[in-house]
Amino acid sequence: MSAVDPNWEVVIGLEIHAQLATKSKIFSGASTAYGAEPNTQTSVVDIALPGVLPVLNKEAVHMAVKFGMAIDAEVADRSVFARKNYFYPDLPKGYQISQFDLPIVGMGHINIELENGETKTIGVTRAHLEEDAGKSLHEDYAGMTGIDLNRAGTPLLEIVSEPDMRSAREAVAYMKKIHTLVQYIGICDGNMQEGSFRCDANVSVRPKGQEEFGTRAELKNINSFRFVERAINIEVERQIDLIEDGGSVVQETRLYDSVKNETRSMRSKEEANDYRYFPDPDLLPVIVTEEYRQQVRAELPELPEQKQQRYMDELGLSAYDAGVITSSIGLSSYFDTVNEKTGDAKLSANWITGELSARLNREEIEIENSSVDADALALLLLRIKDNTISGKIAKDVLDAMWNGEGSADEVIESKGLKQITDTGAIEAFVDEVIANNPSQFEELKGGKDKMMGFFVGQVMKMSKGKANPAQVNELIRSKMK
Amino acid sequence: MSNYHTKTVTELSAMLQAGEVSSVELTRYFLDRIKSSDDKLNSFITVCEEDALAQAKQSDEKLKAGNAPALTGVPIAHKDIFCTEGIKTSCASKMLDNFISPYDATVVTNMRNAGVVMLGKTNMDEFAMGSSNETSYYGAVKNPWNLNAVPGGSSGGSAAAVSARIAPAATGTDTGGSIRQPAAFCGITGLKPTYGRVSRFGMIAFASSLDQAGPMGQSASDCALLLNAMAGFDEKDSTSIEKEVPDYSADLDKPLDGLRIGLPKEYFAHTEGGMNADVEAAIKTALDQYKAMGAELVDIELPNSGISVPVYYVVAPAECSANLSRFDGVRYGYRCEDPKDLNDLYTRSRGEGFGPEVQRRIMVGTYALSSGYYDAYYLKAQQLRHLISDDFKKAYEQVDVIMAPATPETAFNIGEKTDDPISMYLSDIYTIAVNLAGIPAMSIPVGFVDGMPVGMQIMGNYFEEAKLLNVAHKYQQATDWHTQLPEEFK
Repeated sequence: MSAVDPNWEVVIGLEIHAQLATKSKIFSGASTAYGAEPNTQTSVVDIALPGVLPVLNKEAVHMAVKFGMAIDAEVADRSVFARKNYFYPDLPKGYQISQFDLPIVGMGHINIELENGETKTIGVTRAHLEEDAGKSLHEDYAGMTGIDLNRAGTPLLEIVSEPDMRSAREAVAYMKKIHTLVQYIGICDGNMQEGSFRCDANVSVRPKGQEEFGTRAELKNINSFRFVERAINIEVERQIDLIEDGGSVVQETRLYDSVKNETRSMRSKEEANDYRYFPDPDLLPVIVTEEYRQQVRAELPELPEQKQQRYMDELGLSAYDAGVITSSIGLSSYFDTVNEKTGDAKLSANWITGELSARLNREEIEIENSSVDADALALLLLRIKDNTISGKIAKDVLDAMWNGEGSADEVIESKGLKQITDTGAIEAFVDEVIANNPSQFEELKGGKDKMMGFFVGQVMKMSKGKANPAQVNELIRSKMK
Repeated sequence: MSNYHTKTVTELSAMLQAGEVSSVELTRYFLDRIKSSDDKLNSFITVCEEDALAQAKQSDEKLKAGNAPALTGVPIAHKDIFCTEGIKTSCASKMLDNFISPYDATVVTNMRNAGVVMLGKTNMDEFAMGSSNETSYYGAVKNPWNLNAVPGGSSGGSAAAVSARIAPAATGTDTGGSIRQPAAFCGITGLKPTYGRVSRFGMIAFASSLDQAGPMGQSASDCALLLNAMAGFDEKDSTSIEKEVPDYSADLDKPLDGLRIGLPKEYFAHTEGGMNADVEAAIKTALDQYKAMGAELVDIELPNSGISVPVYYVVAPAECSANLSRFDGVRYGYRCEDPKDLNDLYTRSRGEGFGPEVQRRIMVGTYALSSGYYDAYYLKAQQLRHLISDDFKKAYEQVDVIMAPATPETAFNIGEKTDDPISMYLSDIYTIAVNLAGIPAMSIPVGFVDGMPVGMQIMGNYFEEAKLLNVAHKYQQATDWHTQLPEEFK
């Protein structure tokens, strides 16, 4: 990753497409389920037969309003669907129904945490409802293109930010924040592999201190957090190099190639379509009343920032732990389960943000796919709390559990890791260590407290980590008398 | 042989209900009439002989069982703009010459539920774009009153078929006069309902904010029966209006005493392209008849009438340019031979599949919506539409209905205006404002000029179809213009 030249400032705005989690499409009754056989989830409306008309799915409106409420935005009393006209084989009507000058959600905002711990507010210009297109399948059909219209008409919420972000890191933080939020409020499954959550990035650079924005390039359809960061950084580098070499950035749409890690031009502004937007005469304006807004506001679940505060206030978690845990709905519900079963919020938080997250990150998997589920982790933590094993041994047990060797109890049993709490057995170890190290023991007795660590360590070693450390301490002290 | 073709739907319905004739007999009778006469008219694109007879047989069973709805067993024709399951639905375009619809339009379903038998699908201007029925891929339709004259358009096939009584009644659609102008040219009764009264689902869209389906029949009473079946809220059409459907036959005989009829001076002005003097005389005679029946004639103004045609020719093409984008040769309909690439597929499929008038309107509409022109054309036109609606709203504070000619002249000859689109467009000068405002209006026959029918337009306030039908019916009780038959089809 490149460090940005300090003489330049990067300006980024994101357009996020979140697929709304409605059961049926935005303008037809066909299912939105992912992965069906091509063209099996299409009604006469989706394939745009002659004479068909769109009927708005009220649930999509409900979800858009929910989003508006969650980012404290102005939700419009009246918003209008417009036709965006262009020809493409996977766009059956020859126009996409979207919202143009009158979107349902107006100006709102969301906070992100910067690396230095500060909070920054990112403006959300607008969010509007629209339908997705189908898919063109260029492989598998020698010289021909297959069209799958299952996705055509799937509801999308396009969330457009202000150009408020100043680095790729900020852009990713913002995208993650929106990703978390839409899942919290239950309007999007957030599945990036299936394309349920993707983004376009508008990127420009300007000399530090300059007021006006530089010319921007739009990076299309990026579907992972990692790629967003890489795509923006590589594009920033390209723009700075271009300008420093005496060239200038042209306004255009560029595609990020994750294999070659480069962006390349798709079409310039001159070649850009004139979409000839106009209000769709088949659909009535969407009217949202104050009463409806209140009702939706009342339905909102606890939002990430509220939850973070509650974890700090009620459970005594640190701001950091609470922030990490609430950064994903999966993580926080995992935490809630572990906390409930163990009754120990701090222990649960430490293990989730520490050991568990380390393993998830190492294998690049989400909490939902963790090979150790919340119930299993809770059992492991209970074994620490009831002194069956030490925290140190617990890490080894977690590794075994992670590898599918069974539950915490099964691993402890099969590997014989149960902590030794039998005073007689521990005393035998203590006596043996003292006998083997008489001069060190004299030093300890003489007041050299540092020697305590040495003795405990030796006993633990001899017991293969299974002796209860508290008991070991106590026994050594009793021998000193 | 009985003269079933001289009977109205109202009469045929009564005969069917009384068991005086079977639906099969009636259906066969009209199928035979189509067979023997339609060569002269070209009013049908598709005749559904087998299906019609099968439906007729079912209707007879229902009639025997009792409690069958009023229209059970009555054969009618549908304009080929309505999707009909399993039957070719072409919109009179090469583009859809091979299109068999897998679903029924709501109008078709409603009519089916009301018991009608579908004789076939009538000819029309391609995608309903035209005022003479000459733009059809299947050739021009002839006017039964003079086979050298046009029947009007776009519902020319329906109008000619009813006028020649080869179908007792038919459905039509009206975007700028497409029911009323051909009804006037062919001497029949046609009604364009309030926008939103009849579902547009399954009716192939021309200009979505203007299109409205309605009945075309021999009399106001027939139109009332048909509208009873067609009208109603449809959850599949967001622009259809959830409002109770009255019984349109109930008030047909209400006396007209004290009825205030508005006569807009703009529609009676003697300007170029305005009303022909003989047409005017026929209209005046009809108005005198209304006066004699107790109505009061009131001079009114619709000051923005002059902008109707230009506003219409921005709004309608703009909407059609998007509505017709789905005809791209990808999923159904016409596809050019051996496309070289995607662009070639689009340009040749559309260039070869659409006729010149359709292409002209798509281009005009595309231009009007283009970046830099949108505000000056489409947006401005939509703003002006409000002025036209406001004119009518003000007028209806003063009067109950408005009367005017339906067309400036009687039917012109085939080929007369095909090279002059503007003069063709002006033949809708009196009908277009109604669509822009969304109000209901009818055309009824009120006389002849040189053997050709004259139509008078009756315009009503929103959702006052029942009043229009009453006003038209009372006139038809006192006159017999609507019962006249062209010599060749007696």
